[in-house]
Amino acid sequence: MTSFTGPASSAHARPPRVGLFCTCLVDTLRPSVGFAAAKLLEEAGCEVDVPRQTCCGQPAFNSGDRATARALAEQTIAAFESFDYVVAPSGSCAGMMKTHYAELFAGEPDGMIRAEHFCAKVYELVSFLVDVMGMTSVTARYEGVATYHDSCSGLRELKVKDQPRTLLASVEGLTLNEMADADTCCGFGGTFCVKYPDISNAIVGKKADNVVASGADTLLAGDLGCLMNMAGKLQREGHQIAVRHVAEVLAGMGDGPAIGVAKKD
Amino acid sequence: MSIAITSPQLKENAAEALKDAQLQEALAKVGPGFIGKRAAAAAAMPEFDALRDSARDIKNHTLAHLDLYLERFEEKVREAGGHVHYAVDAADARAIITDICKRLSAKTVTKGKSMISEEIGLNDHLEAQGIIPVETDLGEYLIQIRHETPSHIIAPAIHLNKRQVEADFRRVHTDLPADRDLTEPTSLLAEARGELRQKFLVADVGITGANFLIAETGTSVLVTNEGNGDLTQTLPKAHIVLASLEKLVPTLEDATQLLRVLARSATGQDMSVYTTFSTGPRRPQDGDGPGEYHVVLLDNGRSAMLEGELREMLRCIRCGACMNHCPVYHAIGGHAYGWVYPGPMGSVLTPSLIGVEKGANLPNASTFCGRCEEVCPVRIPLPKLMRHWREKEFERHLTPAPQRYGLKVWSFFATRGWLYRPATRLAMAALSLLGRSKGRFSSLPLAGGWTKYRDFPAPEGDTFQAQWRARKASSRSNAA
Repeated sequence: MTSFTGPASSAHARPPRVGLFCTCLVDTLRPSVGFAAAKLLEEAGCEVDVPRQTCCGQPAFNSGDRATARALAEQTIAAFESFDYVVAPSGSCAGMMKTHYAELFAGEPDGMIRAEHFCAKVYELVSFLVDVMGMTSVTARYEGVATYHDSCSGLRELKVKDQPRTLLASVEGLTLNEMADADTCCGFGGTFCVKYPDISNAIVGKKADNVVASGADTLLAGDLGCLMNMAGKLQREGHQIAVRHVAEVLAGMGDGPAIGVAKKD
Repeated sequence: MSIAITSPQLKENAAEALKDAQLQEALAKVGPGFIGKRAAAAAAMPEFDALRDSARDIKNHTLAHLDLYLERFEEKVREAGGHVHYAVDAADARAIITDICKRLSAKTVTKGKSMISEEIGLNDHLEAQGIIPVETDLGEYLIQIRHETPSHIIAPAIHLNKRQVEADFRRVHTDLPADRDLTEPTSLLAEARGELRQKFLVADVGITGANFLIAETGTSVLVTNEGNGDLTQTLPKAHIVLASLEKLVPTLEDATQLLRVLARSATGQDMSVYTTFSTGPRRPQDGDGPGEYHVVLLDNGRSAMLEGELREMLRCIRCGACMNHCPVYHAIGGHAYGWVYPGPMGSVLTPSLIGVEKGANLPNASTFCGRCEEVCPVRIPLPKLMRHWREKEFERHLTPAPQRYGLKVWSFFATRGWLYRPATRLAMAALSLLGRSKGRFSSLPLAGGWTKYRDFPAPEGDTFQAQWRARKASSRSNAA
């Protein structure tokens, strides 16, 4: 059974209302990650809804287009501010919302206060389950040897490191084999990977070597951007390593096709 | 004349670097060599992070009162019998140094490693004036005899391997026996030492950089691991310290605080092998030392950085930790960045010094992984400052056209949810159908940058938002 140690789940008179920020990549390319996230949040005792949304604005922010980033921040805040928590299955989008939104409203005291209230409610999925909801294990089964890549924003902006490993340790049938340099960037970097494809390729090439050397048959991470980058490289090199979002495995939904693998008809 | 700027060709430089097997072999050692050593040094010191805060605060304080500390420094140097020269730009600094050399009829100048010297293109200028500059840091000596530029701010020849060094020594040291053994690093070192010892003895002027300038005492501080800095500054008739404005710190105590984070961040050493404090020329009671002591303080665009966000960059103490931990630097090395300063610190500093028009590629060529900021001993928010340059570039419409238009189209949809959601549903339905048999694409129109090296996954089908709403609607109707 999914278990908790924290008082968080009982501290609320009513279940916490979580707005799931699904991220534009999960929304468009891999909805199953969104359903896995919703399932985990519900198992943790949350009431989940998915308000209408587009993108957190990070691509604009990192491309120097502050006006668009601010417009998207405003749109996202408006869509989510009625929730107790805003949770995203991505350290990158959660990091953008939690650590950068306030600065987009510099010089606008009201906007800044509103943004700061919002930022305080934003969490990355797995760290939310463990740190806020007090989850210590999951009820899931996954047959395989997995290795886990620490995505940069989650790791450095939100300190997501032990939480996914704690929960993965409770998955029946799963062995975690750490790869070398698990905390080194995979070379995705948002628009970086298409602006500087040669450099990005060199970085993801090293990552793929480390994944392969770990002996794992499954690669997990908490960010779809990084996962697509690594999956795409491993597949181009002909490796048969299943690449999945960590939420799929934790939710017991790791039996569908892996990233970039066709559905069986 | 300064180093030729090839930063606008970063992509081409990078492509070349990635194909260079010898360079890749050398770069493969950068991460393993530096990362573990820094981590061990930091772990061995429980107060390391607190020291970083303190280092940041010392530099912030100094920068906030830089005018006062510069005046104080100048006064103290003068009291000790030295001279301070202010250089507005590179040409100014070169002229000041050449004048001193000419006045002393200098023929040979020995040099300790100085990135500022690279920044102002000093060696070429001295040579053009008939003065022979001799680099005495081993790495700098190697790149000087190869007519190259440094590829790292603390390990300038990190792109070379020992076979290349052996070949260069055989090419340049022609007076030595051809059959000598140069296979071991120690024999290479002994040969360089022998060659350089002669130069130290004949040099008329010694030029060094400075890691810190201390306002309280008018002292320059230099750290090295080879001792070459000491021979450079004590043997000749004059010692010229060439340093940029932001090297100032208020007190001796502040300098020693910063020294505690410098070597640990750079090489993982507790301290560099040599740490030398120099105050003024030789006094009558001193056994040795230079007859003249000059400090050339270079601005070259730095005082303009004092106002605004970029001031934080002036905290940099040039430890190199940011590049040692940078995945992009590890992939392409320092030369690809196309000017003096590579890696994350170079990506922020270079556009300030050569202009965003020429330097814009640098702050863009970052994955924003944040590891540089994580290890910076003075906590410079390097990704934030790189983003600052991207904003300047965007504001001034310097962003490359395909990227600008792509961003425009995407923003148009993303800020209009009512349009975005049906449009993404339609696009995903089509893509998912196209990619159904294989589950991925090996090429996609408009995504060549991605599919050149990787496959792209086919979407699962309908969007998450649409599926979620459909499920909610059906569970509501079931409940009813």
